[in-house]
Amino acid sequence: MGRWTRRAFIAGGSLLGGGLVIGVGGVLFAPNRISVKPAASGAPQITTWIEIAPDNAVTVIVPHCEMGQGVHTALAQMAADELDADWNLVRVREAPALDEYANGYPVRVFFFDPAIAAMAPRAADYGTYRLARFVGLQLTGGSSSVRATGDLGLRVAGAAARAVLIQAAARRWGVPEGECEARLSSVHHRSSDRSLAFGAVADEAASLPLPENPPLKPREAWRIMGKSLPRIDTPSKVDGSRVYGIDTVVPGLLYATVAAAPVFGGKLVSVDEAPAMAVAGVKQVVRLDDAVAVVADSYWRALKGLRALKPVFSDGGNGAVDSPVLASRFATALSTGEGSTLTHTGDVAAALAGAAKRIEAEYAAPYLAHAPMEPMNATVRVADGRCEVWAGTQDPLNARDTAAKACGLGPSLVTMHNAMPGGGFGRRLPFVMDFIDQAARVAKAASPLPVKLIWSREEDIRHDFYRPAALCRFAGGLDASGRPVAWSARFIGNADENAAVPPYAIPHLRLASDKLDSHVRTGSWRSVDHSQHGFFVESFIDELAHAAGQDPWKFRRALLPDRHRAVLDLAASESGWESPPPAGRARGIALVEAFGSIAAEVAEIEIDAKGGLRVRRVTAAIDCGDLVNPDIAAAQIEGGIMFGLAAALYGEITLDKGAVVESNFWDYEVARMADTPEIAVHFVPSHGPRGGLGEPGLPPIAAAVANAIFAATGKRIRSLPFKNHNLSAERLRWSEPSPA
Amino acid sequence: MQYTLSVNGRQATVDVDPDTPLLWVIRESLGLTGTKFGCGVAACGACTVHVDGEATRSCSVPIESLGGKAVTTIEGLAPEGGRHKIQQAWIDAQVPQCGYCQSGMIMAVAALLARKPAPSDDEIDGEITNICRCGTYPRIRRAIRALAQG
Repeated sequence: MGRWTRRAFIAGGSLLGGGLVIGVGGVLFAPNRISVKPAASGAPQITTWIEIAPDNAVTVIVPHCEMGQGVHTALAQMAADELDADWNLVRVREAPALDEYANGYPVRVFFFDPAIAAMAPRAADYGTYRLARFVGLQLTGGSSSVRATGDLGLRVAGAAARAVLIQAAARRWGVPEGECEARLSSVHHRSSDRSLAFGAVADEAASLPLPENPPLKPREAWRIMGKSLPRIDTPSKVDGSRVYGIDTVVPGLLYATVAAAPVFGGKLVSVDEAPAMAVAGVKQVVRLDDAVAVVADSYWRALKGLRALKPVFSDGGNGAVDSPVLASRFATALSTGEGSTLTHTGDVAAALAGAAKRIEAEYAAPYLAHAPMEPMNATVRVADGRCEVWAGTQDPLNARDTAAKACGLGPSLVTMHNAMPGGGFGRRLPFVMDFIDQAARVAKAASPLPVKLIWSREEDIRHDFYRPAALCRFAGGLDASGRPVAWSARFIGNADENAAVPPYAIPHLRLASDKLDSHVRTGSWRSVDHSQHGFFVESFIDELAHAAGQDPWKFRRALLPDRHRAVLDLAASESGWESPPPAGRARGIALVEAFGSIAAEVAEIEIDAKGGLRVRRVTAAIDCGDLVNPDIAAAQIEGGIMFGLAAALYGEITLDKGAVVESNFWDYEVARMADTPEIAVHFVPSHGPRGGLGEPGLPPIAAAVANAIFAATGKRIRSLPFKNHNLSAERLRWSEPSPA
Repeated sequence: MQYTLSVNGRQATVDVDPDTPLLWVIRESLGLTGTKFGCGVAACGACTVHVDGEATRSCSVPIESLGGKAVTTIEGLAPEGGRHKIQQAWIDAQVPQCGYCQSGMIMAVAALLARKPAPSDDEIDGEITNICRCGTYPRIRRAIRALAQG
């Protein structure tokens, strides 16, 4: 990353020409010049846009979707601060789905060696599952937008724009630039006390060459960054006016719904269309390779038509695979051979053999569905040799390309209208856009009429790209003083070793993994591999702490680097770790570094007489570097905790006869109000490297709760979700009368 | 079948199958898209509207069963151009993330507070059973507490 300076984002000059300038009215300010074109092969460009209209309105064009993470507001804050704009005049527009706005470039620059960045075409970001997982799920995601696009793109754009605005005003006045400054969307000349609004000089400024390396503001000069400004999108989200993909209305719209082969890998063998066609309003039954869709004049009639069908699907040879079969395959894989070594420092075998105490344990995490509130949907019109798509996705470019492929059209003939997604969490990432593919194929069959394809919730739960299940076997060794000397982790699943590395100083460390393929479709789920390994690693280190007879907080802190220890200590002090919990409660602690941020959480729980678990309070501490918007940051941590808690309490996708058993929120339970603890989020005042926020709040919570259950009951929970464990006999240890 | 219903104080006539859920009448026939589809089985509450003032999951109310009852959707919660105090409380607490569930959430809370202006935490837990996958629950509680304190 070091060799990539901000210069790279400006050096490109006017590469794109005016033809791609979009937007209506106003002066398009410095549109295409803050861009870079690393390769001639149609490779990515980051083009950060700032428009300033004659009425002084500033529009920041953000190349990320707003799926709840607050990124439209946060990125606008970054651009506006460097621009010295008046925040009240700032608007945000999401960049259209055009290659020129692809944000994969800064993401890649951020994560990869620049040499790789220069060579790899954009598709390489997500062209392989492995690579995609390494990047995280950040084509749009709170975990990288700010630190990649924001720091490397939009701040620079704002600073460059400010420079030419000052220059333009100074020229008009005939005074040296150095005597002028920008303030609240105006340029001021100090000695003559004159002012010109940005809008008044934007035209001239737009014709000036942009500075190649505009200085960014030092932290002390931030006026808009670092403030908890209200989110730009909030008002439209409390009155029903916010339009999501599912709200798309176009003239002549038809509606469709779909049933895909229940067993992944299965195909549509046959279907008698007659029962659906007999339903009033049904227009068409569309046979897809692995699914059948019904098109009607309303969603309800399409659904009635679909329910009337008895499609025959093949099972792809997977019809006998159920959860017990998968579990035994996992267990067998874990017991065969040594696994492929990911990391080995020291000599783990010798260290374990020589350890004063040796602890072994096996941990498991299930498949999970994303279940965002807005079911999968897309509206597509195929007509006159062109295709239009309306949908909320985490990558409108991949949505466009998916539709193009499905329709047999070139991407340039497809127009993608990216709506605001009603949740994503990884389900709307590139290369898992089966709903776009289906909608395009159905629309092609219904051409020229537009079709809105809406999945039922049952279709969503049963045809997700699931968080992979994982199994992990640990062996740990303690020396005579209780210090851990060896840590061996061997796991199944497509896990990323980075997520499995304990942050603790343990001299002998071995991580090994076994890949196990199954027919279950898997994908990226909020926090990706950290979701399983956060639970595994932080539970097992807790086991070592108890085996050493030490306080779990003190045990951890002695083994952590300074930055991590500060986070752990903050969580401990804010939770009152060193004072006993209120009667009937117990606490557990966990710390995970993920997506560049360090998060520690203390969970305070209660277990009632019937074994009912209630998480009462969660105290979180985070080091993610400087904050752009502390309140949005806190909301992301709260959301991560709740998403992780929902999974830890209830989340489990099981299989029977090759197909997913769960179907809707009544059997795929998620957290509700009654499951919600008091959550307090504390940020370490840190100027360290900027970390992500959309995901890091999630990984510690399952372990923090499990560790609290252990503190309360002495029972170690080694598999999720908690609902599968009977805690009724596990009342708080100290709530029982002590023997006389 | 033709049905005449009162939505947000206005009469509307729609021509739909008798078993069509109120949700789809509201969204597709009347074009009021603020009410959301989440599960179709009354499990998530994204489709919550008021039927004669009561919080009702519209995905599971066939239009034929509605009778002459008055429907209020999120678009009709506040007088036109205005903002209901719950909507303002939601802004003050910066509740929404993706926002998809919030129409239903706000309608559920509005019905609760109309009956119980100062619900206890247990009452909130028991009565607000809508699902939010972004995990805005702590802020929802904060907003309700603020409203309860007036």
